[in-house]
Amino acid sequence: MALVEIKGLRKSFKDLEVLKGVSLTVEKGDIVALIGRSGSGKSTLLRCINGLEETQGGTIEVGERQISAKMAGLREYRQRVGIVFQQFNLFPHMNVEKNVTLAPVLTGKVSKAEARKLAEECLAKVGMLEKINAWPEQLSGGQQQRVAIARCLAMAPELMLFDEVTSALDPELVGEVLKVMEDMARQGMTMVLVTHEMSFARNVASKVVFMHQGKIWEEGTPEAVFGDPQTPELRAFISSTHH
Amino acid sequence: MNQFNFRPLFRYEDAFIEGILTTLKLAFQAGAAGLILGLVCALLLGRGNRAINLIIRSYIELIRNTPPVIQIFIIFFVFPTIGVRLPPFEASVVALTLYFGAFVTEIVRSGLASIPRSQLEAGHCLGITNLQVFLHVVMLPALRNIYPSLTSQFILLLLGTSVASFISTEELFHTAAFVDSRTFRSFEVYALISAIYVSLVIAFRLFFFAFGKLAFRWPTAR
Ligand SMILES: Nc1ncnc2c1ncn2[C@@H]1O[C@H](COP(=O)(O)OP(=O)(O)O)[C@@H](O)[C@H]1O
Ligand SMILES: [Mg+2]
Repeated sequence: MALVEIKGLRKSFKDLEVLKGVSLTVEKGDIVALIGRSGSGKSTLLRCINGLEETQGGTIEVGERQISAKMAGLREYRQRVGIVFQQFNLFPHMNVEKNVTLAPVLTGKVSKAEARKLAEECLAKVGMLEKINAWPEQLSGGQQQRVAIARCLAMAPELMLFDEVTSALDPELVGEVLKVMEDMARQGMTMVLVTHEMSFARNVASKVVFMHQGKIWEEGTPEAVFGDPQTPELRAFISSTHH
Repeated sequence: MNQFNFRPLFRYEDAFIEGILTTLKLAFQAGAAGLILGLVCALLLGRGNRAINLIIRSYIELIRNTPPVIQIFIIFFVFPTIGVRLPPFEASVVALTLYFGAFVTEIVRSGLASIPRSQLEAGHCLGITNLQVFLHVVMLPALRNIYPSLTSQFILLLLGTSVASFISTEELFHTAAFVDSRTFRSFEVYALISAIYVSLVIAFRLFFFAFGKLAFRWPTAR
């Protein structure tokens, strides 16, 4: 049974239909890379999976459970799904440790006493242990993004969603974040990620999904999608990403 | 002209101290109640219920566009005709609470609006409750953003407690008028209470400054 099963998903903002019947399957352990032009609906798809947007048609099932923005148990569901955004969205008034342990403590996953240890474990995974007492504002973008990932890991999610997590970073900081994601992939984390890093999608993803105008235009293995694109739209997109 | 002479005021020391204490009590009670009122109104405004919004907006406009002295008169002299009879001090607290609460509502609203949606979403995505998002994610940064205006508004409230003297609440300004009428030392009396008001304001500003330094220690980009 697939971990994520999306069928015929439709989403509109007022009159603007942004997702026009999207179907996508994510197996446990899959690394799905969503690629496509800006405005093609990639972020919206991730937001729907996390119950941040109300949808107008189709279904999303995660772990055999129907997901919607209004469902009962949305909170418990979100505790099992991590999402990382382009802009990090760390809480500026909490130090790194507090950012990481806030949700585990508030949801009763760990006691206050165990929290420090959990923070240390999660920060070690993203190479940020030595910054455990720092304020977010004192960190570089790459470091903030790694803390944001650790904040998700602290909830021990079954599924991680990444929305262009390296797009706001200076080029020299992209690598450190991608490396963390690669580690997670190697550990078997199921991940759906929107990315403009084509080499990452090519090397790490188990499936690449090309979105175009609110539809899944083409999908397949990295070899198939990048090596043998079937549509002119994908071909144009791929050539536009080589500089 | 006669010389300045503060000596006749000395025997009214106790009255002045009483006046100061009453002024402080007014400011603290109306300050605390107004803060809660403003917070509740601001949160209710955010929920987007038409009728509630209309009521709160009318309340704010009413308070902000009429003289405080009229507000306090209405509560003291007009409310008894509809059966609400309050002694001067209590009537003053109610009037000042309504006055302060209206401004606090606007200030808190701007504070809530100053927190980016993305911060709230980041909180919700962690699977914590709406209340937890408010308490842990929104409240402190919002408070920091409005701290200067909120504390200034409290200073205005502190000075504004003097309107309570119009309904014979025996706060500092009322005491001054009383002592003036007994001693005919207007200059000295009003010089003295001006100095007292200034000292109180300075003391509060220092306290607010120190508290702000302690409570809001995280570095900010802007
Ligand atoms: N909250 C919103 N309100 C209105 N339109 C939106 C909103 N979010 C996204 N859109 C629109 O939906 C389309 C898809 O956006 P998005 O999912 O962010 O695309 P992508 O992530 O692929 O760049 C765009 O045209 C965008 O302007
Ligand atoms: Mg996007």
